[in-house]
Amino acid sequence: MYFSDETQKKSRRLTEKWQDEVQETLKSNPDRKDRFSTVSDLDIKRLYTPEDLKDVDFARNIGAPGEFPYLRGNQVTGYRGRHWTFRMFSGMGSARDTNARWHMLLREGQTGLSTAFDFPTLMGYDSDSPKALGEVGKCGVAIDTLEDFLELIDGIPLDQVTTSMTINPPATILWAMYCAAADIKGVPLAKIGGTIQNDMLKEFIAQKTFMCPPEPSIKLISDTVEFGAKYVPRWNTISISGYHIREAGATAIQELAFTLRDGIEYVEDVIRRKKMDVDDFAPRLSFFFNSHIDFFEEVCKLRAARRIWAKIMRDRFGAKNPRSLWMRFHTQTAGCSLTAQQPYNNIIRTTVEALAAVMGGTQSLHTNSLDEVFCLPSEHAVEVALRTQQILAEETGVVNTIDPLAGSYFVESLTNEIEEKTWEYIEKIDAMGGMIAAIEKGFPQMEIADAAYKFQRQIENKEKIMVGVNKYVTEAQHAVPLMEIDEKMGEEQIKRVQDVRRKRDNHAVKQSLTDIRTACKSGANVMPCCIEAVKNLATQQEICDVYREVYGEYRDPGLY
Amino acid sequence: MSARKIRVMVAKPGLDGHDRGARILARCFRDAGFEVIYTGCHQTPEQVAAAAIQEDVDLVGLSCLSGAHRILFPRVVELLKEKNASDITVIGGGIIPEQDFQMLYDAGIKAIFTPGASLDSIVDWIRASIQTRDEHH
Amino acid sequence: MTETTAKICAGDIRSASRLIRDLEDRIPEARPRLKQLFQYTGKSFIIGITGAPGAGKSTLTDALITEFRKQNKTVGVLAVDPTSPFSGGAILGDRVRMLKHAEDEGVFIRSLATRGALGGLSQAAGDAIHVMEAMGKNVILVETVGIGQQELDIIHHAHSVIVVLVPGMGDEIQTMKAGIMEIADVFAINKADRPGAKQLQTELTGLLAASPLTPGAWKPPIVSIGNLYEPAAFAEQTAELARKISDHHAHLLASGQLSHRMERQALIEISDALKSCILDPLLRELTDSGELKRIAQKVKNREADPYTEAEALARRFLKSGEK
Repeated sequence: MYFSDETQKKSRRLTEKWQDEVQETLKSNPDRKDRFSTVSDLDIKRLYTPEDLKDVDFARNIGAPGEFPYLRGNQVTGYRGRHWTFRMFSGMGSARDTNARWHMLLREGQTGLSTAFDFPTLMGYDSDSPKALGEVGKCGVAIDTLEDFLELIDGIPLDQVTTSMTINPPATILWAMYCAAADIKGVPLAKIGGTIQNDMLKEFIAQKTFMCPPEPSIKLISDTVEFGAKYVPRWNTISISGYHIREAGATAIQELAFTLRDGIEYVEDVIRRKKMDVDDFAPRLSFFFNSHIDFFEEVCKLRAARRIWAKIMRDRFGAKNPRSLWMRFHTQTAGCSLTAQQPYNNIIRTTVEALAAVMGGTQSLHTNSLDEVFCLPSEHAVEVALRTQQILAEETGVVNTIDPLAGSYFVESLTNEIEEKTWEYIEKIDAMGGMIAAIEKGFPQMEIADAAYKFQRQIENKEKIMVGVNKYVTEAQHAVPLMEIDEKMGEEQIKRVQDVRRKRDNHAVKQSLTDIRTACKSGANVMPCCIEAVKNLATQQEICDVYREVYGEYRDPGLY
Repeated sequence: MSARKIRVMVAKPGLDGHDRGARILARCFRDAGFEVIYTGCHQTPEQVAAAAIQEDVDLVGLSCLSGAHRILFPRVVELLKEKNASDITVIGGGIIPEQDFQMLYDAGIKAIFTPGASLDSIVDWIRASIQTRDEHH
Repeated sequence: MTETTAKICAGDIRSASRLIRDLEDRIPEARPRLKQLFQYTGKSFIIGITGAPGAGKSTLTDALITEFRKQNKTVGVLAVDPTSPFSGGAILGDRVRMLKHAEDEGVFIRSLATRGALGGLSQAAGDAIHVMEAMGKNVILVETVGIGQQELDIIHHAHSVIVVLVPGMGDEIQTMKAGIMEIADVFAINKADRPGAKQLQTELTGLLAASPLTPGAWKPPIVSIGNLYEPAAFAEQTAELARKISDHHAHLLASGQLSHRMERQALIEISDALKSCILDPLLRELTDSGELKRIAQKVKNREADPYTEAEALARRFLKSGEK
């Protein structure tokens, strides 16, 4: 028991007395509204007391940093040992443009890189594909071949900086480019570090950048896990993501539950398909969460995440290595919480969300820029976003002690509640036969669609407020200087890729593609052939087309 | 004469798959009594135009968050014109900076609804616009 | 021939879709246009595809379109989805699964809402089929939701009815006992790679064997279709489904049953049209004048009975002749 009988009794007495006074007060001073709830619609009580923690066992449920269940963090010295990585998601136009922005961010104190690709690259199409019309370079960097990639990482010391790449169906290919680039720069694979997002289950659930059906998609993911475990030990080959699930309209609990259940599915597949021991690869699994506007809900969600994953790894998978039990995650502040109205307000939102991520113990963080409701961030806007992290780290003192919110009656109670409800979802999906089965039935997709619609209705009837949108609305427009991507950039990129196709050894490319096809058909690991192919300047669409050919293309069920 | 049911199409042209808004709109339009053809994401402008004509919709709502609206939205309008279907109203939404609005209006997009626009305002706009069009017929 | 009729007979999609719309919305000019088209109908092969939501009907419809296009047949598709009883609106999302045919000039896909029709197909759906027939479509696929004894309108319109079942949904037995058994000409077990497929097949076969069959009657075959993502097998299985459907069509022609079905359909259409031209205006007039309400009050208070009232009204209106 967390509190002694004595304390509990005293608390009960005081709480009862307080309740009486509350009833009195409400008679003449009613609450502002009938119901107080989080942005995810969880009910929050007026007061939390020791009674809310009466079943909590301090050692088993809360414990110390660096100790199972890792509620208070994976590292024994927390942020006193090291700040979280300031890792700003960034990419725009051509590789050259992005490289310039990357150097600027590193100069301004960013400590890790994170790559945003344009839609054609994300979907496995070259810049000159008809499907790429109007999309080249617009929401991220356009990468067609290794030549583009080498420009992208120009001047970046690959053995000193870690790079995250938000890429899913073509993840094997972009990672192959990174490995090939390292090779060309003389950096051994054992020394490069980074992450590929490479999480297809959340694509089927939420983000919808898909290519091949679920089964083969997971096979490709397991290939990367295997290759990484053997040859690129500092690389996180999956970033099991909840961010996009949340952006699609999920509640905090759905975000957490579906993400963790995706993780379970991946672990099961690697063990089954690659016959690997869980401790051989689990230390390199990583996660990616959203940090939304309801401060305490997010802090509690992230803490609960660590505790649940540790239990899953130890109890469900029998992991022995403590590092297998660590949940390491990157966080991004919530894009969907930002408003187009009064955009400077977004700075405040991002700040609160960043603070929640830090209080939740994130390993690395991206903060959105105020203008991202309109377009890619301008230099000035991204600078403010980066400074937000630096101010939190250097000025506010919140990093002086580890997991400062622990022990709060509210925080521990809410953490427990979120954990409980998350387990319910996990068990439900288990009963359906796993995540792939659940996706086939449309379960997570419909849960999310219902939650999104419910939230929208709550905004419409002002049950939930968004400042500037349904309250404190002004007619005045606050113009924000916006960045533009030139259409000319697209035309140049098209010329580039066509040039590469002409100049390269097309015979070698054809052979590489054949080798990949053979690997796919035989079930062998595709990574070695991918690396070979990208070195020969195969385009990323050419390799994706092989995947499409062998594995088929996923058909969107169009659920609403 | 009985009131016509309003038929609208919600489509996402281009490669962007962020369909939260589009799906919410589909539900909202259904709740407003419209018949909604929901075609999902990853549509080419050609597919959108062909579907709009086959379904005889009053209005097509295009959603795009990837920045490709500048090329893709006008293309849909153009294709409808080529097929003699300019009477189909085209509106747009998504991540669209204000500096692009005029260019889209010039290209024939009749209204743009950015994040934060209330669902009711969109429904009202659609009803009013169709009523005006019918009165001119 | 009017311009509209000419356009539709020439296959113009816009005019056809607009007429379907006018018929759905009951625009007065629509019925005369349909009358003009009627003589050009009656030459298409109409296939109904029904089954519970989630059975994968649209995916199979999409595959059948591919098969028929391979045979150079032109195809019309009516994809029917339910209207919300609360708002009167509907989300019509079936065409998402037929995207690859969107630009094929030989395929016309039209989504329709049930608009409250209890049997699953609105009056307008039947009209829409006629419009597509007049366009010269060789095959018309009508996809509807059919889960209970209610949604069986499809049998009045289709020559061949395909019932799609899926293993593991738990309601197959209900479905099978609820009348679907009698209407199916071909059974498709979809997603047959799921657990329970073998069991479903066995149960279905058993039920079919137990039902009485007259000699020379058609024995509904069962076609199993597996994982959509095993393209070679899927293509083969859907081709088999198309073959069985064509076999049924051939049987209908050879046995004279097609003629019989079309006569039955004509009877139903006349009866519906009679109801529409007698009952609708009658009820409308009675409602508008308030008389219906007054009569209802009398009946409620047991001052009159509904049967006598109806007989009196009928005599009055039929005598007056005009309506």
